[in-house]
Amino acid sequence: MRVVVIGAGEAGVRVCVALREQGFDGELALIGEERRLPYERPPLSKGALLAGDAPVIADARRFADLGVDFLSGVAATAIDRATRRVNLSDGGSRAYDKLVIATGARPRRLDLSGADSCLTLRTQEDMLVLRERLREGARAVIVGAGFIGLELAATMRAQGCAVTVVEAAGHVLQRATPPDISALVEARHRAEGVDILLGAGVAGFESACVHLTDGSRLRADFILLGVGAVPEVTLARDAGLALDNGIAVDSRLITSDSDILAVGDCASFPHPLFGGRRLRLEAWRNAFDQGVFAARSLMGAQDLYQAIPWFWSDQYDRCLQIAGVPEAGVRTILRELGEGARLLFHLANDGRLVAVGGWGALGQIAKEVRIGEMLIARGATPDPEALASPSAKLKGML
Amino acid sequence: MTETWIDAGAADDVDSEDVMRFDHAGRTYALYRTDDDRYFATDGLCTHEQVHLADGLVMGTIIECPKHNGRFDFTTGAAKGAPVCVNLATYPLRVEGGRLKLRVS
Repeated sequence: MRVVVIGAGEAGVRVCVALREQGFDGELALIGEERRLPYERPPLSKGALLAGDAPVIADARRFADLGVDFLSGVAATAIDRATRRVNLSDGGSRAYDKLVIATGARPRRLDLSGADSCLTLRTQEDMLVLRERLREGARAVIVGAGFIGLELAATMRAQGCAVTVVEAAGHVLQRATPPDISALVEARHRAEGVDILLGAGVAGFESACVHLTDGSRLRADFILLGVGAVPEVTLARDAGLALDNGIAVDSRLITSDSDILAVGDCASFPHPLFGGRRLRLEAWRNAFDQGVFAARSLMGAQDLYQAIPWFWSDQYDRCLQIAGVPEAGVRTILRELGEGARLLFHLANDGRLVAVGGWGALGQIAKEVRIGEMLIARGATPDPEALASPSAKLKGML
Repeated sequence: MTETWIDAGAADDVDSEDVMRFDHAGRTYALYRTDDDRYFATDGLCTHEQVHLADGLVMGTIIECPKHNGRFDFTTGAAKGAPVCVNLATYPLRVEGGRLKLRVS
């Protein structure tokens, strides 16, 4: 059997590693558009931005040991499902028996005048461009108070930049985090000197200026857009695969073509623990878990993908972690951990725990969110009073 | 090489089936207590991305890194699968009169 994997991010690399770990002995090719070794993206907005390179996931020697034919700096240009070939930008092509699409996502752009001059952050190249701008006293405007925008705000403050964050919604982290948590995040950024403009619309950009819809203007040495990402589905769409907010896959991560799987940021999948709700997650853990699962699926495993969604973000000396699907909850229970740290539990109608989020020092929240994740996976219905009480050990509820 | 046993705190400072951070002489260690009151010590930082393991969850004899969920058996230091593949160094740890004694070389 010949397996071709398109996309050499976390998900794509993990498919290759896990296939070999599970004894796959066929031909295995990994196609990576960027001309460098696969690297971890989460540090791009944090420590790696200040110095050095993002950590490499697998180097040439590892690929040699694994028997993976890694094509670096080569893009897949088309999938020919009739002949089961992937066409490549270098003029060549690769035959496959099974294909895995791990093309990820790309930063969303804004359809506004001057938006092309704004920076975005997705790749190591983007990071190096941004690093050049991070001088003491430089004025940065970040559009979007999501994970990327706020992580960058924290990193830029550490470099002495003057940072303004412009957000259209009424609170930060609007898409991923309920106000009980996001208010703490916002307060910390303000305490660090970040200017946050909420409910602020952007009308357009000039090279050194952001025009807001209320007529005001923000001067900026550079502007960064952190307004979300769109799944990279061009190859899949052109090949006629079913799409649904990304490449639509089933619970074994198989697309509408039974010989093609999709994993990571580009794939939307139904989650059996959340009523079959279709999710598309832009997160390291999801990329890792789906990469491993896809390898098992390729090797014939019949079980369903049901890993609990899990995100983390580091800002200053604080950490945000969210496990589960907050939108699946109908009520929330707050647990105060002291020193401005908090856990927030989301319960469904039937009392089932469906999500837990935490903000605080890593040592305050990581264990608790991890136990919460296990409770979610077990369909536990923990006592709300105990959830609210800092003295009630979560581990005892397992 | 000289053998040095240093005091690392009270045995009861570590909860049952849990882990505690201990810093000494510019190094950081993780001290573990199993649910049957056996004690172990390893390097304090995950071999993957230098995260403090004491912030992670102990389940049985497994410590899980709080960032990437890399797992180690803390009784041996063995890495238990991706993304971690480098084992943790382990150190002798014993209890004397209710105090933890850690051997550092």
